[in-house]
Amino acid sequence: MVKRPFRRQKVADALLGYLFISPVILVIGTFTFFSMIYAFYLSFTKFDMFSSPLWTGLQNYRLLLGNPDFKRAMLNTVYYAVGVVPTQTLIAIGLAVLLNQKARGIPFFRAAYFVPTITSTVAASFIFMWLFLKQGVINHTLSLLHLPADNSWLENPLTAMPVLMLSAIWGTAPHFMVIFLAALQDIPQTVYEAVEIDGANTWQSFRHVTLPLLRPAIFLVAVLGTIGTFQVFDQMYIMTRGGPLDSTTSVVFLIWRTAFQDFNMGYASAMAVVLFAIIYALTILQRRTIDTNIQF
Amino acid sequence: MRTLQSQEIAAKERPHTGQPQKERLQKERPRPGRRLTYTITVYALLVIIAAITLAPLAYTISGSFKTNAGVLEWPPRLIPKPPVTSNYAEVWNSSPLFPRWIVNSVFLALVHVAAELFFASLAGYAFARMKFPGRDLIFMIMLGTLMIPPPVTVVSKYIIVARLGWVNTYLGVIMPTLVTVFGVFLMTQFIRAIPKDLDEAATIDGCSRFGIYWRIVLPLSKPALSALAIFAFKDSWNEFMWSLTVLNSPELFTLPLGLNYFRGQFYTFWNLVLAGSMFNIAPILIVFIIFQRYFIKGIAMSGLKG
Repeated sequence: MVKRPFRRQKVADALLGYLFISPVILVIGTFTFFSMIYAFYLSFTKFDMFSSPLWTGLQNYRLLLGNPDFKRAMLNTVYYAVGVVPTQTLIAIGLAVLLNQKARGIPFFRAAYFVPTITSTVAASFIFMWLFLKQGVINHTLSLLHLPADNSWLENPLTAMPVLMLSAIWGTAPHFMVIFLAALQDIPQTVYEAVEIDGANTWQSFRHVTLPLLRPAIFLVAVLGTIGTFQVFDQMYIMTRGGPLDSTTSVVFLIWRTAFQDFNMGYASAMAVVLFAIIYALTILQRRTIDTNIQF
Repeated sequence: MRTLQSQEIAAKERPHTGQPQKERLQKERPRPGRRLTYTITVYALLVIIAAITLAPLAYTISGSFKTNAGVLEWPPRLIPKPPVTSNYAEVWNSSPLFPRWIVNSVFLALVHVAAELFFASLAGYAFARMKFPGRDLIFMIMLGTLMIPPPVTVVSKYIIVARLGWVNTYLGVIMPTLVTVFGVFLMTQFIRAIPKDLDEAATIDGCSRFGIYWRIVLPLSKPALSALAIFAFKDSWNEFMWSLTVLNSPELFTLPLGLNYFRGQFYTFWNLVLAGSMFNIAPILIVFIIFQRYFIKGIAMSGLKG
């Protein structure tokens, strides 16, 4: 007899638990979980938003294999990732090591370095467009150094992408700097004292102690950076519209254009599924390495 | 060659030969000259890098106080001559839409922050403290969705929103990110670390589940809530791609969308474009200056979430 109300209370408590998580389940379930399954389904259909989806099997994927625009967008995205990730990772390490020095006023500099990451992509894009105008600050600086200074950076297919890369590096390197800073502060001071006693100089202790101990963080940042660069869209939309001559069309930009300008929803979904497969592979790679590598 | 090697070995072995104590004392008090060189190098680097990092922003602020002739002047100067404040008024009055975009952005950001804080902490409390069948499985699946990058589902999400009749409405903008997995994860981890004694005492005193969440757990979660609030505000304030996809009436635009639209009309007036950007940059910069330690803590937390 005592048991019964207790059990009822337990059931009521469980129901309350479901109630508490229901908003999250509804939102994530609909707009992420179901949305991903729906994207898979759409990738096997022809769908223009106006008539109902028509099942076409693997047709979209077959078309995708021979599509030069998709190949171009993939190559552009890889180029962008290769241009951004190693550079921003190195800069982030450099900034973190510098901020890890013992000097007065470090918190001020840390805040100053962090400012670009809070600038929106829209504002950052405008700033870089303006700096790289033909009569802009960058060309002026180049002319002071007696270098060729009449390039219209964003209208030149060779230089448009590097400008987008620079704006991305400017905006995200400080974000990863914080991750390195946390990793550096986790390295016990005793390790440095030990190598100092062994007669190591600053460079040697950096090369043989700091860098190896930062390896998990470097890997994490490299993978997170790659995943991020594979999703680039805003800068292309705002600064170049994928041009000139499609030299800055990224995969996500192509997906967006295919879906919302050509209303080819099924085809765009197939591209999205391929992109997902690539990013998923990178994430798995990251998880595996993090699990085995995290302790030192 | 051989002598060098033996010297190296000797140097390495010295700590074991009875001198380490003395050498450590010397190390702790380095020669003042060397210490000074080190300090000067560190500060020089700190200042040079700060200049490079902040230069784009400095030129933007300066450009927003220049005349249209001044902003395209060759050579460009950092200090406007003469400085004008008319750009800001001109942008503000350029169309009745401009103040609206700011109001829209503020509104959406406030709704997003409030919803994220409430729903994420409520779910976090349930995941951390309550028992119900399937709890851990649901939590795992939820974390698994972190692997789905938002741009991958932009098309299917748009079609779902269209089916719900939410295209070109704020519901369509808000609902997909009403509460985020990152927020729930952060809150769950944080609440798990709060000692249970307090809520157990409250249960004995007859406090309801919601009462415990609201009166005990929530006040103790302030550090996590602050970090989450700031991130939610930043994400909403700077968001571009999704609102671009959902909204098409200029009067509903957020400030980033509006600025892009504005630039389409005033693309030759860089002084106005830069002044317009300042409306986007300044509020988040002020929030950052006030709450910067939470920003940096939040990134460290999100970076380690794996």
